[in-house]
Amino acid sequence: MNPGIPFILIAALTLSGALAAAILPNLVHAALSLVLAFVGLAAFYFLLGAEFIGLVQVIVYIGAVAVLIVFTILLTRPAVAQRGDLNWGGVLVAIAVMSGLLWALARTALPANATAAAPMTVMRVGQTLMGDYVWPLQTVGIVLTAALIGAVVLVMEEDR
Amino acid sequence: MNGTLAAVLAVSMVLFSLGLLAALSRRDAIFMLIGIEMMLAAGNLNLVAFWRYGPQPELLTGAMMALFAMAIAAGETAVGLALVLAVYRHRRTTQVEKLNTLKG
Repeated sequence: MNPGIPFILIAALTLSGALAAAILPNLVHAALSLVLAFVGLAAFYFLLGAEFIGLVQVIVYIGAVAVLIVFTILLTRPAVAQRGDLNWGGVLVAIAVMSGLLWALARTALPANATAAAPMTVMRVGQTLMGDYVWPLQTVGIVLTAALIGAVVLVMEEDR
Repeated sequence: MNGTLAAVLAVSMVLFSLGLLAALSRRDAIFMLIGIEMMLAAGNLNLVAFWRYGPQPELLTGAMMALFAMAIAAGETAVGLALVLAVYRHRRTTQVEKLNTLKG
């Protein structure tokens, strides 16, 4: 089974958004391109049959993370430099890592067909979260609470 | 190298490298956070792809790991951007090259 037309379109959308987010000199443009890449990733999750994860991706990344990034850009606006110069050492490292990863992928035998499975319904997700994964779920709740309290404390005005 | 799994893995690898490029070569702290987000998202795509093409997809293991990784990534973004704001309040800059007080 070769990847079809939808796959190629979604891959082009995701990778062009990610490339623009990585190299555009303007911070606001980069943040909006990041949203494009996240939309493509959500489409990938739908394509792979993980609809719930695709929806979580849209809600968490596009609804919360991207908006947070845009808010931070607007709050630090005067400091945003419009210089577009890249550190070429980082570019070289990224290219080296990418060629190494793709070389490893080309030499690896992978299963070509998806195993037939029951669809990932929200009921299955809920049962699994409340059954096998109840302790990780509670731990993630504590981590998120600590992270939010920490974020608020970090940006709180200090009284001197 | 054919098949959908290999293609998804290739996309995720390129996405990871683009995130690495953004995290290593940009001079603004917000850009570095954007790059880290892209790398985390590429890892999530890997998890979901291996869940779908693995031997036991009915256990939802990879999908659950992707969900938890998303929650951690959201918390990481909140704390990272709060740190950027706190640094900006003291130093009036988000350029990492200007935050060199500890440099010997």
